[in-house]
Amino acid sequence: MAQVALPPRPLPTLGLDPARLRGDMAIRRTGKVLLSITPWVGYLFLWIPIIVLVVFSFNQSRTNAVWQGFTLDWYKLLLSGQFGTERRLSTEFLLLALKNSLIVAFCATIISTMLGTMIAIGMERYKFRGRRLIDLLLYLPVVIPEVTMGLSLVLFFSLGFRTINNLTGTNLALSLVTIIIGHVVFCMPFVAIVVRSRLSGMSTSLEEAARDLGADEWHTFTRVTLPLLMPAILAGAMLALTLSLDDFVVTQLVAGVGSTTLPVFVYSMIKFGVNPSINAVSTIVVFISMSLVLFSLVLQRNRG
Amino acid sequence: MTNKRFLLISALAAVLAVMLLGQSTFHAGAQAATAAATDAPTSSMVFTPVATMPLVNGAPQELHVYNYTTYIADDTITNFEKLYNVKVTYDTFAASPEMLAKIQAGNPGYDVIVPPDYDIPLLAKAGLLLPLDMSKLPNFTQYANKSFKNPIYDPNNKYSVAYQWGTIGVGYNPTKVGHDITSWADVFDPKLKGRVGILDSVRESIAIVLNYLGKDPNSTNKADLDAVKDFFIAHKDVIARFHAADGQYSVAKGELDVITDWNGDFNQVMGDPANAKAGLKFVLPKEGTVRWIDNLAIPKGAPNADLALKFINYLYDPQVAADISNFIGYATPNQGAIDQGLISKEDLANPALYAPDSVKQFVLIDLGDAQSLYDKEWADIKAAVSQ
Amino acid sequence: MAATPTPIAYNIRRQRLQVRLLVWPAAIWLILFFILPLIIVFLYSFLTSSALYQAAAPFTLENYQRLFGPTYTTIMLRSVGTAIVATLLCVIVGYPMAFFIATRPKATRNLFLLLVIVPFWTNFLVRTYSIAFLLGDTGLINTILVDYLHILSEPIHMMYTSFSVYVGLIYGYLPFMVLPIYTAIERFNFRLVEAAHDLGANDLRAFVRVMLPVTFPGVLAGCILVFIPALGAYITPDLLGGAKFLMVGNQIAGAVLGTSTDKPFGSALSIGMMVIVVVALLVYYRFGDRGAGIV
Repeated sequence: MAQVALPPRPLPTLGLDPARLRGDMAIRRTGKVLLSITPWVGYLFLWIPIIVLVVFSFNQSRTNAVWQGFTLDWYKLLLSGQFGTERRLSTEFLLLALKNSLIVAFCATIISTMLGTMIAIGMERYKFRGRRLIDLLLYLPVVIPEVTMGLSLVLFFSLGFRTINNLTGTNLALSLVTIIIGHVVFCMPFVAIVVRSRLSGMSTSLEEAARDLGADEWHTFTRVTLPLLMPAILAGAMLALTLSLDDFVVTQLVAGVGSTTLPVFVYSMIKFGVNPSINAVSTIVVFISMSLVLFSLVLQRNRG
Repeated sequence: MTNKRFLLISALAAVLAVMLLGQSTFHAGAQAATAAATDAPTSSMVFTPVATMPLVNGAPQELHVYNYTTYIADDTITNFEKLYNVKVTYDTFAASPEMLAKIQAGNPGYDVIVPPDYDIPLLAKAGLLLPLDMSKLPNFTQYANKSFKNPIYDPNNKYSVAYQWGTIGVGYNPTKVGHDITSWADVFDPKLKGRVGILDSVRESIAIVLNYLGKDPNSTNKADLDAVKDFFIAHKDVIARFHAADGQYSVAKGELDVITDWNGDFNQVMGDPANAKAGLKFVLPKEGTVRWIDNLAIPKGAPNADLALKFINYLYDPQVAADISNFIGYATPNQGAIDQGLISKEDLANPALYAPDSVKQFVLIDLGDAQSLYDKEWADIKAAVSQ
Repeated sequence: MAATPTPIAYNIRRQRLQVRLLVWPAAIWLILFFILPLIIVFLYSFLTSSALYQAAAPFTLENYQRLFGPTYTTIMLRSVGTAIVATLLCVIVGYPMAFFIATRPKATRNLFLLLVIVPFWTNFLVRTYSIAFLLGDTGLINTILVDYLHILSEPIHMMYTSFSVYVGLIYGYLPFMVLPIYTAIERFNFRLVEAAHDLGANDLRAFVRVMLPVTFPGVLAGCILVFIPALGAYITPDLLGGAKFLMVGNQIAGAVLGTSTDKPFGSALSIGMMVIVVVALLVYYRFGDRGAGIV
């Protein structure tokens, strides 16, 4: 057994009520039992549904839950061109959704990492008026429910497009760009959190040393601060990437014609009709998520 | 300042990257066709997308279609693509309010939409539809059944042509229910507690209950609508959920026993050989039901109205129309297809599909501004039933 | 390159400029694409809706009147109640898990942490669907009970009930609870418990009187991280709850998608929900230690 935090209770000498002692020992035993069972229940709870999903994506049966043998059919079906009677259930559309997801995630990650890092440095290294307010502003997107954010963006965009049309005659519509904008709103604070926490832990002594050695601000920044910050920036970027790839609610509400992303595609598969390839698509998504996590962990390990 | 420069440059680079990507994804259409959208009505809240990218020589034209789910044959689109060498984007919606919500905010880039009959006057009055050029729809003129020409809701087919028509009825599993269903009252039988699914379509579902309660199915009287709400609340234990496009699968899977549904949707599930054993049935209750007509229309600001007309005309080819109706199990307005014997005999003989006049049917009419009354009432009904 | 000595005023101006350049882009983005839209939502909640789901000019309070009517008050209360229950259940399962991880030897601790984090990073939609797959009438649990073990003849209807929604919510947000509590327990000095024992307390008292209060900020942080998303939950009640379990999130999303209600009323619902969120945040700031929290 690993280190347990509760040291053995010293046996009392005199004057202690044996009934109370028994009661206390009972409490300890119950506590130990609960503490040893609950975590495992928790872990099983967290992992079994995912594992089941993945396993049954290889199930021969069409009705999904009775195991009838191992097969790769559902995966092959996904690549075969059309895997459902609905036209959108086609390989072409699936790949389009994947491509859109990647474009959105790539752009959103770049923008939010840049903006998030910049504001993190600004907040952490400088004092200025309104810092508290910006603090609040920065972390608000983290706590607002996504449905509200989605609704607000839709109203904003339709109003904005109308205004732009009235002023200039150009017509815009919801598209991948609107999705990217929405994603940056909730990704950027996370990047800022990660970078800030690293910055606050980083003492300024190295930068001061560089300054003493004659480097100007720019060189200090690029040669000292930035490299030290890089692990956090990368971690923040990975965070933003994952958040963007996985996002569904804001994306669904803010997407336009032809800008379906992978999660939205998966949702339509789940919601409408029976399709045995659902588990296969889901497994692929799980695989992508897990690869990203492992990749970011490897990155962190290498950089220390 | 060197770091200022660096920041400015990277900021500009990011913006440029986004703009460049944005050019190809700002979906205002990729065709130069629709210069017709010059008369944007400034007083309304609608704007009209205009092509911002000129047609790239050699690239296939694109058509964007927005239709109900499970409402076309599996090869219609591909055949059209091959025939005309174009690319079709085909989006679906489960119920017409979804389509309306998207269109009313400004056409996001669709060329063809499929609104129900009662929405056509609404959309037309709001200036959201393009008039059809009948000269480009010879198939409609030649093959459409007379009763779909010059309909009440769209005189002279100014904005729309019929696509499919049908009714709402009750689909059920007779083994689970235990008896045949003949009346709407059977649907709300307390014995069916938690086993019934109600169609989530605001006009149709409210109209059915209005009619059942002996009122005008197009009533705009608040008291009548409240009576409908009270009816649903009184029977809420029976209702397991509302469904828009997938109730029929639930009955087939055994999750629900009775649903009110579009006749063709349930027909599709009944026709699936996997469900033959269940012996599912579909009936039009005796008190009467809605007779609806879904139509093809071109929304204002369509990026490629010409191609849209070609597509609509294509859908009226008797063989194409027959393929669609046979596949999706709905009734076609294409008399030519029927005359040429292309429609499946069972469908023609199915009274739930080609409903005879002996079954009481009523149509839904445009309610104008009172539509929002229905929308609010339906939202409240769904919310109240959930309790 | 030697830095040329500069006058103080110039330095300060440079500093200010640098701060502005660093902070403004992000701040402007947030103001333009976050604050402004929220203000628009607030204004929208006072509009009426006309046909075709459009919003029309006459400013009115009718959306709020409708919101405070019996139908939607119930939905709001249910959402809040569900979120609270889900949060409590997450605490009950999450605290022992966090305790377990924090008390592992350094070598294995990361592994156990990883086992919590990896599901956390997996797509929420897919995870919710996996619950549906387990609980469905033809899902795995019922198949085992009915077809393999023959314990039951009819499947248990677990889907589209409050049970499935709770399972889905806890499943989705448990990691949000475990991680902050883990952070708090990891920093906890267990000598305090020793001291409590020496003073005659049994394990229960030591926990309640010593450990819990000290780790409470972590618990509170976890509660906030679970309560707020659970309150605005959309995917979970949508996929697992069916029509019988409407929560505010569904209604608001439906306002945009056209499946539930009009946008002005959806805006009113949003504002109502935000008020509750703000109240929860105030509670958090009042009782939580700002230094120990995540935010």
